[in-house]
Amino acid sequence: MAFPRTKNSVLPGFGLTMGYTVLYLSLIVLLPLGALVIKSATLGWAGFWAAAWNTRVVASYKLTFGTSLIAATINAVFGLMVAWTLVRYTLPGKKFIDALIDLPFALPTAVSGIALTAVYAKNGWIGQYLDAIGIKAAFSPLGIVIALTFIGLPFVVRTLQPAIEEIDRESEEAAASLGATRWQTFWRVIFPSVLPALLTGFALSFARALGEYGSVVFISGNMPMKTEIASLLIITKLEQYDYAGATAIATMMLAASFVILFAINAVQWWTARKYRGVA
Amino acid sequence: MSIELTHISKAFGTYQALRDVSLAINDGELVALLGPSGSGKTTLLRIIAGLDTPAVDPRSRIRFYHEDVASRPAAERRVGFVFQHYALFRHMSIFDNVAFGMRVMPRKSRPAKNEIERRVTELLRLVQLDGLGRRFPSQLSGGQRQRAALARALAVEPRVLLLDEPFGALDAKVRQGLRTWLRRLHDEIHVTSILVTHDQEEALEVADRVVVMNQGRIEQIGTPEEVFHKPATQFVMEFLGQVNVFRGRVQGGKAVLAGVPLEGHYFPGKEEGAAMVYMRPHELDIKLYKNGAPSFPAKITRINPAGSVAKVTTRTNDGQDVLVDLSLEDYERLNLTEGTHVHIYPKSSRVFLPEYEI
Repeated sequence: MAFPRTKNSVLPGFGLTMGYTVLYLSLIVLLPLGALVIKSATLGWAGFWAAAWNTRVVASYKLTFGTSLIAATINAVFGLMVAWTLVRYTLPGKKFIDALIDLPFALPTAVSGIALTAVYAKNGWIGQYLDAIGIKAAFSPLGIVIALTFIGLPFVVRTLQPAIEEIDRESEEAAASLGATRWQTFWRVIFPSVLPALLTGFALSFARALGEYGSVVFISGNMPMKTEIASLLIITKLEQYDYAGATAIATMMLAASFVILFAINAVQWWTARKYRGVA
Repeated sequence: MSIELTHISKAFGTYQALRDVSLAINDGELVALLGPSGSGKTTLLRIIAGLDTPAVDPRSRIRFYHEDVASRPAAERRVGFVFQHYALFRHMSIFDNVAFGMRVMPRKSRPAKNEIERRVTELLRLVQLDGLGRRFPSQLSGGQRQRAALARALAVEPRVLLLDEPFGALDAKVRQGLRTWLRRLHDEIHVTSILVTHDQEEALEVADRVVVMNQGRIEQIGTPEEVFHKPATQFVMEFLGQVNVFRGRVQGGKAVLAGVPLEGHYFPGKEEGAAMVYMRPHELDIKLYKNGAPSFPAKITRINPAGSVAKVTTRTNDGQDVLVDLSLEDYERLNLTEGTHVHIYPKSSRVFLPEYEI
């Protein structure tokens, strides 16, 4: 057998579950992605590059990855605070707030998009004040960041909550008794122990933002070269029956996302390694 | 006097953890706070460390070397705290754990890098963990982790070392070893230490003085010998070691148990009343026949000779179980078996009267 460690496992069914996993991943993930790449290959090299790397498309890549990165970073910072508050403090209506966190998961993305646009547009509740100080929220890259932050928040909060619950309270007290200030205790003791979970949350939030379409198209205004995200370009191509062109952009997105997520996972694996004592 | 606590109280909700406790600890002393769970000993330790605050009381004081530290947070008290479950930083190597206290010092008092390295190496040698500095806590055994935690606490040169049930999570053999080792270490470095434990054997073996606590109050403070042989209260008598309790009487100023007067217990002015009589198992003797001295008939119900003494359980005529420790020689000589009828001879005893304690 190629998997010698599983030979004497107390849990039966390795063959069955492994077979099922491979089949499932093939059908749901690999097959469609394979088809995508094959379809884009019909363009040939020159056609592929022309479709996937012209100035308008490159601008959309920059916008998509840039706003996703900003949104995921914002979520990492504020998601950590929200998760911390929800785990560590007793506050009135905590259960209710906790349930609110999941709302971006459940809401149809178009609904979030319309709601956010209504709030942040020039005449919206918040948009009017932002407009007064010269900030254009809706129909700008800022609007895209707002939408992506909204939909990515639960990923960070939900991955961090169990990690924060797991922190040994005594190790904080130990740090304090050793003379550490609150800031040193946070930075040297708490933060490193939630870092792996934070990176996971960041990666999930980032990945979700890369693929987001529904909420962004309403708030972004979709101006070519300015506020046009890659997913929208793909839809546009599809509407023009340019399937190969759409798959070319999709293939680029796929490759880039995979590389970035793989890198984040590698960092995450590297930071988590120490806890398990394999260092 | 290195640590002085006066009028310390603490309540958690409606639960009164500490009731007006005052305690003074001498410089370089190792004191054990001993008591059952819920007696307030850990709360007292945490208040000394600054991890908990005492109830507001204008008379309450916490002094380290005559300096009032009550308003100082834990980080400014310079105490070394050792937790029952080690509380090591899991993501740091043992070296980094021990160095932590020095590395978080303000820049002007922080030792230089190579000085930190030298001191950590020295401390790791002191706690017999030389060469394990690069390991992570998860790669050490329980006993090693606790020694690492101790080294970490000592690294900041604490004015007082506080140990909260440090050996509670370890198995009996390791515990015994660490106990002896801790006492030797203390004789070497002489840092004022307070050890919280519920294990009376540990307290009696390690400490210079024992503070017996019960229900948020101090029952007795004394040397191990004093608290064991001269218990001030019924609680101390019952908590330290096994003891047989009898309901006796006072008649004409003398303690009487089952019609037999007990030597050496006189209560002048007390004519008649109830008395509690305490005898430890080693304070009783077993003989097969009456010899004229005061004794009680009993029947042997169980014998356990596996140990340094034979533990004999007997039952008196009125159905009370009495434990007797018999030397192994006596046990062999008397040829006792379960069911043998014997006579129990009290060698010494202690008598407590309700509201009239000696």
